[in-house]
Amino acid sequence: MPFNPRRVVNDFTIEAATVNGSGSQTSNLILTHSIFRMGVPVGPKNVFPSNIAGLPTWYILRVNENGFLARKRSLEILVCLNPATYAKDIARVDPGGAVIYESSYALPESAKRKDIAYYPVPFDHLAARHIAEVKLKKPLTNMIYVGVLAELLGIEASAVEGAVRHQLQGKAGAIRANLDAIELGKKYAKENLKKTDPFFIERRDKTKGKILIDGNSSAALGCLFGGCTVAAWYPITPASSLTESLIDFFAQHRKDASGKNTYCVIQAEDEIAALGVVIGAGWAGARAMTATSGPGICLMSEFVGLGYYAEIPAVIFDVQRIGPSTGLPTRTAQGDIQFVATLSHGDTKQVMLLPATVQECFEFSVQAFDLAERLQTPVFVMSDLDLGMNLWLTDPFNYPQKPFDRGKVLSEEELSRRGEFARYLDVDGDGICYRTYPGNSHPKAAYLTRGSGHNEQAAYTEDGAAYQKVIDRLNKKFETSRTLLPEPETDYRPGAAVGILAYGSTHQAVAEARRILQESGIETNYLRIRSYPFQKRPVEAFFEKCRTVVVVEQNRDAQMAQILKLEIPSEHAAKIRSVLHYDGFPIPAEALVEGIAAKAGPTDASAPVIAAGEE
Amino acid sequence: MMAPETKKNRLGLSVEAYLGGLSTLCKGCGHDAITRHIIEAFFDYGVAPHEVAKMSGIGCSSKTAGYFMSRSSGLNALHGRMPSIATGANVANRSLKVIGISGDGDTASIGLGQFCHLLRRNVSLIYVIENNGVYGLTKGQFSATADPGSKLKSGTVNPYDAIDCAVLAIELGCGFVARSFAGDGAQVVSLLKAALSHPGAALLDIISPCVAFNNHEGSTKSYPFVRKIDAPLHGLDFTSGFAEISAQYPEGAVQELKLPDGSSLNLKKLSRDYDPTDRAAALRTLEESREKGELVTGLLYYDAGKKDFNATENLTDTPLCRLAEKELRPSPDALRRIMERYG
Repeated sequence: MPFNPRRVVNDFTIEAATVNGSGSQTSNLILTHSIFRMGVPVGPKNVFPSNIAGLPTWYILRVNENGFLARKRSLEILVCLNPATYAKDIARVDPGGAVIYESSYALPESAKRKDIAYYPVPFDHLAARHIAEVKLKKPLTNMIYVGVLAELLGIEASAVEGAVRHQLQGKAGAIRANLDAIELGKKYAKENLKKTDPFFIERRDKTKGKILIDGNSSAALGCLFGGCTVAAWYPITPASSLTESLIDFFAQHRKDASGKNTYCVIQAEDEIAALGVVIGAGWAGARAMTATSGPGICLMSEFVGLGYYAEIPAVIFDVQRIGPSTGLPTRTAQGDIQFVATLSHGDTKQVMLLPATVQECFEFSVQAFDLAERLQTPVFVMSDLDLGMNLWLTDPFNYPQKPFDRGKVLSEEELSRRGEFARYLDVDGDGICYRTYPGNSHPKAAYLTRGSGHNEQAAYTEDGAAYQKVIDRLNKKFETSRTLLPEPETDYRPGAAVGILAYGSTHQAVAEARRILQESGIETNYLRIRSYPFQKRPVEAFFEKCRTVVVVEQNRDAQMAQILKLEIPSEHAAKIRSVLHYDGFPIPAEALVEGIAAKAGPTDASAPVIAAGEE
Repeated sequence: MMAPETKKNRLGLSVEAYLGGLSTLCKGCGHDAITRHIIEAFFDYGVAPHEVAKMSGIGCSSKTAGYFMSRSSGLNALHGRMPSIATGANVANRSLKVIGISGDGDTASIGLGQFCHLLRRNVSLIYVIENNGVYGLTKGQFSATADPGSKLKSGTVNPYDAIDCAVLAIELGCGFVARSFAGDGAQVVSLLKAALSHPGAALLDIISPCVAFNNHEGSTKSYPFVRKIDAPLHGLDFTSGFAEISAQYPEGAVQELKLPDGSSLNLKKLSRDYDPTDRAAALRTLEESREKGELVTGLLYYDAGKKDFNATENLTDTPLCRLAEKELRPSPDALRRIMERYG
């Protein structure tokens, strides 16, 4: 294949196909951080199996100097280190792309493409010859491809070294061994491979001051800075790393002067008990959280009903994965939205925060503790596997400016001043009542909290009218919550007739799709819902301004669209079209463009009609 | 004429301060007797009512949280889930004295997992099982503690072995395991007071006859039957560490258990030698009594040495719920340093 004179700089996708459990994650992270240290934005997606070792895994690294880092369908550079998948993997490479593969693989005829560059590398042989320690041979084999890529793409040695040091934080022996393995690959590539592909990394300054962090760590940081003291959990993919990060943060930042813990983390016997601990702690006046995924949410639903009806604060992170049932535990979805919105039996409405970025994972997490205590109800933070477990490029997080809001809690002094206390009486007319903490010594402070029928005085009742009074007041509280939750974010473009309505982790793909549409002459408006319930006015205004509204979701049943239809006038609801993506992978920007183009109908009086709208 | 002086406890409170709402259980229910024993024990011991948290699950037993100590906060939660909410409340506010009220359905069936894990963690609380062998609120189905061969009112015979929560508790390492009978007020009150002095989990499995559904001929948890098979291991006499005078016993007749708060439980020898600090002997005694068809009651097992959950978790002395923002939110500099690690 002749050298391709077209240079493609800082705009392509690299994919490493490896075997789960082979230590490839360290190599992938070092590659990611190396490019990050070249000042070039990177967006990784780790596609991993529900397995400890042996099954295929793919690490997809989008490189884009303009900062568009959503998943794309196109694949330019492939590293093949999995004998079980390489033939299929090679077939997915775009024409003009490049493949680095283990040279001992016998490529079948179907994989011998004329339109891509091949770089055979004897990974196993190199490792066997040059890596002395037996147990390091496998993980360091993966490190060799970092060296090969660094050489082929022109990643500077200082950037690679910085990445290795960052990843292996101070472990001198490991740093040396990894740098040696990288050098092995670099040297081999330099001496044996002739570059015929057009892809290069060139130094930029687009990552200066930025960080790479995953949503789960970000949410855990929010718990730390939000004053969480009790965390109870049950391990589940993809939520485990949220609590595990929190455990690390707690250990470093939450010791009293005598070295004792100002927190308690309980690994419970199941998700029911996990939320039980949280409800018990919230009832007693502590800020408490749990993190789980769909199956855990199912188990928690009875306690969520208690939290809603007895009005007990709790913060619940749902890092969504594909369902139903066990589903695809390591694939992403936005499939719990409708389920959580009315979680538990009877008339219930739950409060959800919908973070779209790691920044919002942090901010909403801090805010969730204030909201749970202000609203005296469980508050859900609806993240997902893509947002939670992948690294995202972001500005560092800002220190929270607002002091804690502990909500309406009456002290002994306040009770003496008021003289009267009824736990479920709507004194202020906003549906939010006053509470006391257990331990309050005022003779009128105590009451028995119960999930059974209760009146405004918190006494047991089977009286229909008394029950209705409380349940209606809960609805009022839900309406009040609209004003306290994060407002929808909007971006209006002049002349736009099409609106895109999205929420959560599709944000980046939407941003890129809007840019692609704009380049083809189609302007779009954008509204991003950041909570449920949401403020109705901005949403209705958006519908008024748009001829059609395309609702983008990562689920089969258009769950947010269904919720919207209940909340907005029918003439607005009639404008809704759905673009749905639910194969477990984040929606690629191209698919979103096609979906919007197909569903949007006429985009503008003057703009070309790109497809007939579906009616 | 002077009004009779009402008895006051060491806090200067009369028993009225420990009363609860009116019971809606059946007249003669064992649970109501236990409620009275709880009131007496907490009053006698001198626990400040506002420092008590009453936690319960669902069922007749769990309703009783409303029938004692109205000046204590309580959480009547979900079926079988008392242990988890009690654990949460306990770690959130370690200064609360937690009493958990549960039943045999609540503990031995739907809540068996939570029961086991609470004991495994040794959460500080008094765990009372009001054990009547049947589901009362749903009208008399067998529970998992019903003895094999015992009969329902309808005549149906239980074919299954019973789950013995006390045996389970000993096996799970609980440091205070007692069994008693709702009809033996003196024993229940002594055990409750000793449990109040115990820092970890204290389990009291109290046979509490259901007058509506399990007090007939053929029941093994009826008042007459339990009176017949009740075999106390010892006479119990609780001496408060706060009292000035302690009782005198003839030498050799009493085994004194020193409790961590300075109180002591004196075990008066009855028909047999029984050392409740011997775990193997406790299990053996329970097995032998099961074979003989007797119900041994008293303090079955005691071990003061086990760390309670708050100690295991190395919790700060201030209750977590009272920590202020300055103790909980790290500094801007801390956030800056954390952010640097991701750059």
